[in-house]
Amino acid sequence: MIVNTEIKKSFLASAWFMFLTFPIMVIKVNTVSDTIEWRWMNMVGVGVGAFFLSMLWRYLLVKKEMGGKKEKTDKPSLLQTVLGQRRFAIPALVILGIFTLVFPHLFSMYQTNIMISALIYVMLGLGLNIVVGLAGLLDLGYVAFFAVGAYSYALLNLHFGMTFWVGLPLGGLLAGCFGLILGYPVLRLRGDYLAIVTLGFGEIIRLVLENWNEFSYGPSGIANIPKPSLFGLDLSLDHKTIYLFYILVALVIFTIFVINRLQDSRIGRAWIALKDDEIACQAMGIDKAKTKLRAFALGATWAGMGGVIFAAKTTFINPASFTIWESVIILCTVVLGGMGSISGVIAGALLLILLPEYLRDFGEFRMITFGTVLVLMMVFRPGGIVENVRKTYTFKR
Amino acid sequence: MKPILEVNNLTMDFGGLRAIDHLNISINKGEIAALIGPNGAGKTTFFNCITGIYTPTGGDICISPDGGTKERINGLKPNVVTRKGLARTFQNIRLFNSMTVLENVMIGCHPVTKSGVLGAIFRTRATQAEEKLIVERSYAILEKIGLEMYVNELAVNLPYGAQRRLEIARAMATDPFLLLLDEPAAGMNPQETLELDELIIKLRDEDKVSILLIEHDMKLVMSLSDNIHVVDYGKKIAEGGPEEIRNNPLVIKAYLGEEIDA
Repeated sequence: MIVNTEIKKSFLASAWFMFLTFPIMVIKVNTVSDTIEWRWMNMVGVGVGAFFLSMLWRYLLVKKEMGGKKEKTDKPSLLQTVLGQRRFAIPALVILGIFTLVFPHLFSMYQTNIMISALIYVMLGLGLNIVVGLAGLLDLGYVAFFAVGAYSYALLNLHFGMTFWVGLPLGGLLAGCFGLILGYPVLRLRGDYLAIVTLGFGEIIRLVLENWNEFSYGPSGIANIPKPSLFGLDLSLDHKTIYLFYILVALVIFTIFVINRLQDSRIGRAWIALKDDEIACQAMGIDKAKTKLRAFALGATWAGMGGVIFAAKTTFINPASFTIWESVIILCTVVLGGMGSISGVIAGALLLILLPEYLRDFGEFRMITFGTVLVLMMVFRPGGIVENVRKTYTFKR
Repeated sequence: MKPILEVNNLTMDFGGLRAIDHLNISINKGEIAALIGPNGAGKTTFFNCITGIYTPTGGDICISPDGGTKERINGLKPNVVTRKGLARTFQNIRLFNSMTVLENVMIGCHPVTKSGVLGAIFRTRATQAEEKLIVERSYAILEKIGLEMYVNELAVNLPYGAQRRLEIARAMATDPFLLLLDEPAAGMNPQETLELDELIIKLRDEDKVSILLIEHDMKLVMSLSDNIHVVDYGKKIAEGGPEEIRNNPLVIKAYLGEEIDA
C-alpha cells in the first residue's frame, strides 16, 4: 500500500517536472531554418530521471524514519568508537602527523597552496565553533573579524614595517577587540535577530574598507604584504609557502589544543548552558553578558589570526575577499561538520574547501554538487559529519 | 527569630495589569514554606521578582542569610541573586538538554568556583584542583538526590520525575540558603511525590536550607509546610499553619467560589 502511494507521488513529481521543463528542454527554435524542433526525448529523460530521483529520496526518508525509531540513543559512531580506543587513536595520529609533515614535499606547490587555504578555513571554522557551536550565538558576520585581522597585518606592515610574528598576535588582539565591540550591543539579542545584526556588522566592515580610501586604499587593496620570514633567511617562494604551511599546521594544532581544553572547562560548560537555556543559565549564577562577550572575543581572535595568515599567504588583500559569502562558507563548515565537535568542524572545513577545488573539472556543476551535498547532509544527518559527544566521567563507587 | 527573606509591599505591574499587589511575605530560617493560590494568582511572578528575572514595580525584597544585616536585592540580575544564595527551579523544566546529568549539576557549581579562560587553557594546578572539586561535589549532590545512576546520561533522556529532581540537584549545587521550588511535584505519580516529600525534608534537615515552594498538590503542601501563604489576584489572603489554612473561609472561597444563598 505504502509502495503504491509512493510510486504515485513520484509519478506526479516527474509529471510536474516534465511540465515545468517543457519550454526549455523540449521546444527549440532553430533560428537558421526558422522552424521549431520538438525534442521529445529530452522530456522522457527528465521524466524518468525525476521519477527515479523522487523514488530514491522517498526511500531514503523512509529508511531514515525507521532508523530513527530503532535507536534514539546518542551512541557514538563507529569511527568515534574506533578512535576512542588508545591503540587505534595513537597510530592514526602518528600517521596523520607524518602525512602532514611530508605533505608539501610529496605534492606540488598547487596542492600545498590549496591545503593552506583549507587549513585557514579549519582555523576559522574552529574559531566560529566557539561562537556558534558552543555558545549558540548565530554569527553571520564572522568574516568581518577575518578582515580586521588581515587588514591590521597589512596596514601595520605598510606603515610601521611590522613583521608577521608581531602582526599575528596583534591582528588576533585587534579582532578580539572588535569582537567585544560587536558583542556589547548585541548582548540582549538572540537567534534570528542576532544573526541579522551580525550580518549587518560584517557588511559595515566590508563597506568601510571599500570606501575609506585614505585608510584602507579602497577596492584596489593593499599589495606586497610579506610572507613570514625564518630568522631573516632569504627563502625562495616555494620554501616560503612550505614554511607558511608548517606555521599554519602548528597554529591549527594550537587551536585544537585550546578549544579542546576550553570546551570541557568551567567556561566551556557555561557556553553550552547558555546555548541550551539562557534563563536557566542565569538562574545558575552565570553572568550572561560576560559569557557571551568571552565567546565573541575568543572567536574573533581566531578569525583575526586566520586573517593575518590569509594576508601573508595571498600577499595581496582587498575588500572583495571578505564578502558575506565567506561568512556563509565558514558557518557551513561548522554546521556541516557538527556543531561543537572539533573533529567534525575540521572534517567539514576540509571537505567544503577541498571539494569545490578538486571538482573544478566539472566546471559549472561543482556548485550544484556542492549545494546538493549540503541539502542531503542536513536532511539525513542534521547533527553533522561527526556529532559532538559529551565527556563522560567515571566513579569508582 | 529573624526572617532570612523579607518581602514588603511587593508590587509588580505589567502595563495596566497588577500581577502582584502589595504582597508581604517573610520566610524564617530552617522553614519549609508554601505559596499556594489558584491559577494566575501571581505565584510564579512572585518567584520571578525575587530571583531577578523581573524588576518589581514597587516594594522591597530583603535577605539576611545569617540573620544579620538586611540586604535589599530588588532589581539585581538573576545571576547576582543566585550568587547571594537564592536558587530556584522552574515550573516548565529548564534543564540543559545537550549536557549530561553530571554536567548539569556542575553548571550549578559555577557561582562557587572561579577559574577563567587562561586557567582552562593552561590547565593550571588551581584549575585542575577546582575541576576535581566540582566533579566530586556534583556527584555527591547527585547521590544525595538519588540520581547517581544517570550520571553520564543526557539530561533530555531522563524520565520526567528524575528531570524534576535534577533541577533541584542543580539548584542545590549553587549552595543556596533558600531554595525556591516552582511546582516540584507537577506531573509526578504518587510514588514520586512521596519521594519528593522525603527529599525536601532531607534537604532542610541535612543541608540547612530553607525552602519556599509553589505547589498545587495539597496533600504534599499540607504534609510538608510549616507555614502556608495563600495569594489570590496578587494579594495575600491568608497565612498560617496547614490546619489554619484548611479551615480559612477566604481560602475556601478563593479555591471553590462563594456559596450562593438560596
